[in-house]
Amino acid sequence: MQSELFSQVKLEEHPSTASGAFSATLTGRLDVRSTGAIWRRLRRLVGKAGTSRLRLDVSGVGYVDASGLALFVELDEELRARGGGLELVGPRAELAGSLERFQALSRGAAVPARRGGVLERIGRGAQAFWRDVRDLVGFVGLFVSGFAQAFRRPGSIRWRDFWLSCETVGANAVLIIMLIGFLMGLIISFQSAMPLRMFGAEIYVARLLGLSMIRELGPLVTAIILAGRSGASFAAELGTMKINQELDALTTMGLDPVRLLVVPRMLAAMCMTPLLTMVFIVFSLIGGAVVMFSLGYPLVSYTNQVTLSVGVGDLANGLFKSFIFSLLVGWIGCVRGLQTGQGAWAVGAATTSAVVSGIILIAVMDGIFAVLYYVFHY
Amino acid sequence: MSFTIDATACGVEAGDRHAPLIQVRALKAGYGERIILQNVDLDVFPGEVLILLGGSGCGKSTLLKQMIGLEQPLSGSVLINDRDVHAARGAERTRILHGFGVSYQTGALFGSLSVLDNVLLPLEECTDLPKPLRLRVARMKLAQVGLAGFEDHAPSELSGGMVKRAAIARAMVLDPCVLFLDEPSAGLDPVTSAELDALILDLARSLGMTFVIVTHELASVFAIADRVIMLDKSRQGIVAQGDPRTLRDHSTDPMVHDFFHRHVSGRGKGEIPEPLNREPLNPEPLNSEALNPEPLSP
Repeated sequence: MQSELFSQVKLEEHPSTASGAFSATLTGRLDVRSTGAIWRRLRRLVGKAGTSRLRLDVSGVGYVDASGLALFVELDEELRARGGGLELVGPRAELAGSLERFQALSRGAAVPARRGGVLERIGRGAQAFWRDVRDLVGFVGLFVSGFAQAFRRPGSIRWRDFWLSCETVGANAVLIIMLIGFLMGLIISFQSAMPLRMFGAEIYVARLLGLSMIRELGPLVTAIILAGRSGASFAAELGTMKINQELDALTTMGLDPVRLLVVPRMLAAMCMTPLLTMVFIVFSLIGGAVVMFSLGYPLVSYTNQVTLSVGVGDLANGLFKSFIFSLLVGWIGCVRGLQTGQGAWAVGAATTSAVVSGIILIAVMDGIFAVLYYVFHY
Repeated sequence: MSFTIDATACGVEAGDRHAPLIQVRALKAGYGERIILQNVDLDVFPGEVLILLGGSGCGKSTLLKQMIGLEQPLSGSVLINDRDVHAARGAERTRILHGFGVSYQTGALFGSLSVLDNVLLPLEECTDLPKPLRLRVARMKLAQVGLAGFEDHAPSELSGGMVKRAAIARAMVLDPCVLFLDEPSAGLDPVTSAELDALILDLARSLGMTFVIVTHELASVFAIADRVIMLDKSRQGIVAQGDPRTLRDHSTDPMVHDFFHRHVSGRGKGEIPEPLNREPLNPEPLNSEALNPEPLSP
């Protein structure tokens, strides 16, 4: 005879009866704290005895909660499936009643829903993607109409919100843009100076850095930082407003949420991003200057090389790209915010989606720019 | 779903059923300099449905938050099963917290999880039950609150009443001895509210569960309350307690009287003004001739 004590419950096993049934006695409290251990113990004992019939004496059980009742029902079903069953010996009237009620409620519970097959899931995914594309196109129309309305009557733009957004999108981002710009300039110059040194061509690092930062990396990296910072913030802010029904409140007041909330934010992003790009470019060139100076080149040679390799056209090219990127990041951030579903989780999903979609859009648009500039020899 | 022979879910011996399950002693609570409640003494007995009642801002929710250990008192104590909720730390505190369930005003279901997963969460995190038993218990609890068939729904797909029911199922999935419900009927229509009252009564009577409920709904109070605690904002504490009908019919406290009779203080005899006597919306029909005058003669 073995016995086991789990907090306030005790399980004792007895030798198998003549009928081949395994028997055991359970006493004490069977609750969420003890049921798991009793379940494992009973299954192990039944498995070891090689029988599918169990006689469980429960006359000494003082308390059973839902988990204990679930144990009896589940064990009975499992043993029945193997041709045996669970026989409860001496259950008190309260236990019998509770068990009956539990079984009745369990019968009412739904059978788990069948998970769709792979094809069904692909179909659903494609459907969701198509719905998303349609929504995005719809939002383009909504935004264009909102902007048109705002530009027809500039007084209708909430300029206070615009300046506030300029502060959060622009002024508050200056430090991180300066830091990343400086470090990128420093790292790229250093990494490229080493191989060029073998050919005595370190001075061309200035041209390389100037051209790549002004035409390509400056706008690209600034836009990616903007997507992670301001795009996410737009989505979270508008998403929270949506779940708090603040957008519904505006709509029922006869006010257009796009004109009131989206236009100031997007305008701020469009104004601030080219400025931030310029800050980024300047600080990346300063980073390059530090490397070149440390390699023994005077600053005047460095600046001469930069100005010789880069023209105003390149700067305009970079700033135009930056402007288009800001449009995309601001737009997708606001769209994802307005598309937010219900609950805190939906705000998180909208924010993530704003950042991911923003970065994808930036990459795709950068590719398009590269092709266009190549075709038009710009 | 439980039966009790020797003990309740919280381990109170049968002989002690008249001993209080929750004891609030000399409780003083507030926010910063602002005192909301002071000198609050209160006992909650096993199996009773206790309702905290009072006007807006009187401290009902503050008292509830103190009782569930969500906020620290300025002084005083709250004991559940003789264990101090605020003094307990570590495993002791966890053990106390598992002894009761809370359903919040908004339901507070996790939007990223299905209804079933919401109910499963405490079982997965707080017990070592194997998966088949966890699923069976969670499904049974949902069936118990009338949500069988909604297991795979997202909380956002449920109506307000269903969210409250799902929240109750989650709160009671560990078979706690006490359920705290904050405004369970808020925002519900009278029929859904009555259904929720019936569910609470059923749980209280069939499982012997203890309920502490914050509500404003007088209909719910009369339907389910064994005892009512009246709080008053100006007196910063309990002003009356007892059977709701007795309080309504015999209380001499003006605040209690006004509350139960829906009176507005400071209006003479306290009556709510009669609605304005408006003109009928459809006065005499217009003279059709006035609308269709004779055509002008050429």
